[in-house]
Amino acid sequence: MTHTKIASPKQDILYMAILSAVVLTMPIWLQPFGAAYPDLMQKFMIFGIFAIGYNILFGLTGYLSFGHAAFLGVGSYTAVWSFKLLSMNVIPALIFGTVLSGLFALAIGFVSLRRSGIYFSILTLAFAQMSYNLAYSVLTPITNGETGLQLTQGDARVLDRMAGIQADASLPTPNLFGIEGIGYSGFYICAALMLISFFIYLRIFRSPFGLKLRAIKSNQNRMGYTGYNTRPYLMTAFVISGMYAGLAGSLLAVTDPLAGAERMQWTASGEVVLITILGGVGTLIGPLLGAGIIKYFENILSAFNDSVLQNAFSFLPDWLAHGLASVLGLFVGDGWHLTLGLVFMLIVIFLPGGIMEGISRLWRLVSSSASSTDDKEKEQPSTKEA
Amino acid sequence: MSEYILDVTDVDKNFGGLRALSDINLRVKEGTVHAIIGPNGAGKSTLLNVIVGRLTPNRGRVLLGDQVLTGKHPYEINQLGVARVFQTPEIFPELSLLQNVMVPAFAKRDGEFKMGFLKSLFAEKEIREQAEHLLEDVGLIEHQDQIASSMSRGDKRRLELAMCLGQHPKLFLLDEPTAGMSRHDTNRTIELLQRIKERGMTKVIIEHDMHVVFSLADRISVLAQGAIICEGTPEEVRNDPRVKEAYLGGEAV
Repeated sequence: MTHTKIASPKQDILYMAILSAVVLTMPIWLQPFGAAYPDLMQKFMIFGIFAIGYNILFGLTGYLSFGHAAFLGVGSYTAVWSFKLLSMNVIPALIFGTVLSGLFALAIGFVSLRRSGIYFSILTLAFAQMSYNLAYSVLTPITNGETGLQLTQGDARVLDRMAGIQADASLPTPNLFGIEGIGYSGFYICAALMLISFFIYLRIFRSPFGLKLRAIKSNQNRMGYTGYNTRPYLMTAFVISGMYAGLAGSLLAVTDPLAGAERMQWTASGEVVLITILGGVGTLIGPLLGAGIIKYFENILSAFNDSVLQNAFSFLPDWLAHGLASVLGLFVGDGWHLTLGLVFMLIVIFLPGGIMEGISRLWRLVSSSASSTDDKEKEQPSTKEA
Repeated sequence: MSEYILDVTDVDKNFGGLRALSDINLRVKEGTVHAIIGPNGAGKSTLLNVIVGRLTPNRGRVLLGDQVLTGKHPYEINQLGVARVFQTPEIFPELSLLQNVMVPAFAKRDGEFKMGFLKSLFAEKEIREQAEHLLEDVGLIEHQDQIASSMSRGDKRRLELAMCLGQHPKLFLLDEPTAGMSRHDTNRTIELLQRIKERGMTKVIIEHDMHVVFSLADRISVLAQGAIICEGTPEEVRNDPRVKEAYLGGEAV
């Protein structure tokens, strides 16, 4: 990883422009991959937000939280309650979801950040599991336990009723002043929020605050003897990343207004760690790539089943097709986690910097072979921040 | 009020049954260089650790000017104006040299905590120029965009010096700034430290290399087995029989 040259604001504007173009044209260029349907693209955006927020904590400070799903869950529950009590408009839902997750992160961070390293990870994991179990059982009046929190016909929706919006026979859908939170319009709501989140995240990366967070990761001991009180820095990073998770959680509720306790389980916390490491910890764009890739393969691979495989191998002799299908069948469908595990192992062993490291290695390979063929071009070590 | 910038009074430090420091009294005048020498295990680094707040003494107190340092956190002590270089360089290995020097400069300007995460690093011209100037001072400017972990040990030491100098400390503590350096690097460091000395920064320096000590120090304290056995000008210390005994006697046993 090379974070050497200080990027100029102009470069960042270019960065944002390219990213916006890529994201907003996703419905077009994802078509050949069979991923251009709204549900999946919404997931890309939502887990992208979750992962970049997580990267502010893990990527910049090096503190590995194993409990970020708790904030995702809090965001979802809050958003659904906002739909039930206040309005089907997404704005209050998003604001309350983000703010409440932030407060929740403040409380958990206050305790967990007293320790670092593995003890910090275990503390956050413990808090998240506590939250999960509370949501599952004790807090049933708030979370509706096992069934999950859902909208009903008889919800109060105070603001909507005041505005004269009456519920008709079917359940209302979350909307942004009439723009529905589902389908393509839902994707664009998520995409806009993802781009705003990314912009803030970019600014944090480029700020003195971000530099200090990186310095904490690099040598916390030195930070103390350099006059920094590191706790409030870590706390701020923790709360910001909790708020990102809360925003992602509320968006999950916007695109599909129900919230269940399983959203807070440790597997969900592990997923965001996986996404970030797969994409590249501490890199700008890595977590977005990681989120896209994991969500894509989750959808594609889990849709495969034995008969699809058998059809794919139908050109082979029957016994071979059968054998291959039954072996490969272990890795697709419900067993896609097996594939994910293998890929993750390969990445961690051979590319500890994630996909971004792979890309920058390829880039160096290409640029060095280009400079060896073309003598005029002077080789320059790439120092741009990926 | 006090003519001494550093005032260590009656400091004891025990580790379990071991008495690492006993009854240490040390006064350092503003603008001078004070060397602490002594055989290995004499308690030199422990004394520095007590001053910077890494260790709390069992007895006694440490003053910086009129301010009590004892019992404060290391970051508070640094904010009051005490900077330190370590025996093994404590830098930010993953950051570039320029960033390494910028971080302490921000601490000096912004204090122990400041949010401001929407401001661009690029806009911090003043801090950047200051950092570049410091790197020039220690002769590392041509490597400013290199990652600190890729530098040699001698360069890392000079980087750490630049980091501390950027804070304009009232009191600068140096723990063996030339240990493990080549003759050439040592001479460069002495030259650098002499230049800083002219700026009137007070320094306390721990050093084994007598060449370094005698070319820099105004006063010397000799520490042996946790106690100061002798203090004076380099000339006085050189001729003190107790010093010879502490160094040679230890080896003779």
